[in-house]
Amino acid sequence: MEKPEKLIVDGKRLDGRAPDELRPLKIQAGVLKRADGSAYVELGKNKVLAAVYGPREMHPRHHQQPDTAVLRCRYNMAPFSVEERKRPGPDRRSVEISKVAREALEPVVFLELYPRSAIDIFIEILQADAGTRTTGITAASVALADAGVPMRDLVSAVAVGKVDDTIVLDLTKEEDQWGTTDMPIALMPRKKLITLLQMDGHFTHEEFKRALALAFNGCEQIYEAQKRALREKYSVKPEEE
Amino acid sequence: MYEIVSSVKRDYIVDLARQGKRVDGRALDQCRDVSVETGLIKSAQGSALVKLGSTQVLAGVKLERVEPFPDTPPSGVLMVNAELLPLASPTFEPGPPDENAIELARVVDRGIRESGAIDIDKLGITPGEEVWAVFIDIHVLDHDGNLIDASALAAIAALWSIKTPKVEGWTLPEFPIVKKPVAITMAKIDEKLMVDPCLSEENVMDARATVTTVEDGSICAIQKGGVGCFTREDLEAAYELARARAEDLRKHIG
Repeated sequence: MEKPEKLIVDGKRLDGRAPDELRPLKIQAGVLKRADGSAYVELGKNKVLAAVYGPREMHPRHHQQPDTAVLRCRYNMAPFSVEERKRPGPDRRSVEISKVAREALEPVVFLELYPRSAIDIFIEILQADAGTRTTGITAASVALADAGVPMRDLVSAVAVGKVDDTIVLDLTKEEDQWGTTDMPIALMPRKKLITLLQMDGHFTHEEFKRALALAFNGCEQIYEAQKRALREKYSVKPEEE
Repeated sequence: MYEIVSSVKRDYIVDLARQGKRVDGRALDQCRDVSVETGLIKSAQGSALVKLGSTQVLAGVKLERVEPFPDTPPSGVLMVNAELLPLASPTFEPGPPDENAIELARVVDRGIRESGAIDIDKLGITPGEEVWAVFIDIHVLDHDGNLIDASALAAIAALWSIKTPKVEGWTLPEFPIVKKPVAITMAKIDEKLMVDPCLSEENVMDARATVTTVEDGSICAIQKGGVGCFTREDLEAAYELARARAEDLRKHIG
């Protein structure tokens, strides 16, 4: 695809959304049988699976911590998830994302309840269209809840950015590629605490503030969808008469 | 990256933070002493040794002719790599770069790339066939905290020290460096933000935020690290601190 002259025409983005609008979002909890917890999230063309195993015994044993569980996180892209086949296995980008995703999720987990154990999070990107790290974190936090891991809150994540000098929510691949700025954020929504923040591109101070506000708004919508997914799975349905 | 700290020391540093004090007597918004020496490495086209307190980082820049990336045939190539050498800390081990080294390299890379510090479009030689590649290698020599700011400063100072590159067949009048991005990292300890954390502060901090700004005060990169959280007000304060301190550090470049 060639770069279009404008990414925003008459206040509408290439896919018809308003600047403050999320892509269609679908969240399902408990989609894998063997994992202790799992979730599937679609955000626009993103398709992401997350699985949680644990708390379980930590291997190798010398990585055990006597006073706390250890959270481990692996972000992985399927070779077929992007236009040009991605070489399988971790690259520098996925190593960094695994690290920041773990740091985004760790604040909500009561790790101190499970000394000497490990909690493993696996994020698999099946189809990618910008915002995979945030979609992965959104999925992973539902998977943690699905696994019954005690948590302070969920973590909701979304990217904001700047496209054609407009601050927009939830960038698509085209907007990420040709836009000016990308800023992924993860939030503990109840206390409004930011657990992941990255940014590259260009923001003035004023734009940064507006982007932050827009991200908070987006996370709020994702938070509601996450709770709905968990309620759908776990609410006791009255028996049919 | 972080070392095990005794609870006595942790309590001491957190207690100091509560009183708005720091373990080495600095003000919360004060950087350690900075020095930048350039041109130490003759075999590199650019180099800089940065000392930030006792933290020492050496950056070297090499220029080479390479094939361009297929998606940007006319533009040059920028590569940043960081090595946490085992001589720099008892916690660093030999072997391929771990997640800390990779994060460090990528944060430095983003600051330079996203600010447009290097006019990468000028580094083409024959579009689609040959371009200049800028390899920035960051060597951490002594780890006493805040490797990000020291490394980012070493990298940009090394780039600015190039002037006319001493490399065979150089095709431009000058090296196309145009901006001075500066990364400033703040640690959050007991709700306080501390600029340029030293190692003992890093070992007990809840989280850190790095804000990279350019001359006009606009932001070109941000990175949060560590397992704690930030509020929106924290980030406001972090931006103001980053902008002010970056001005001081920028004087050491070029």
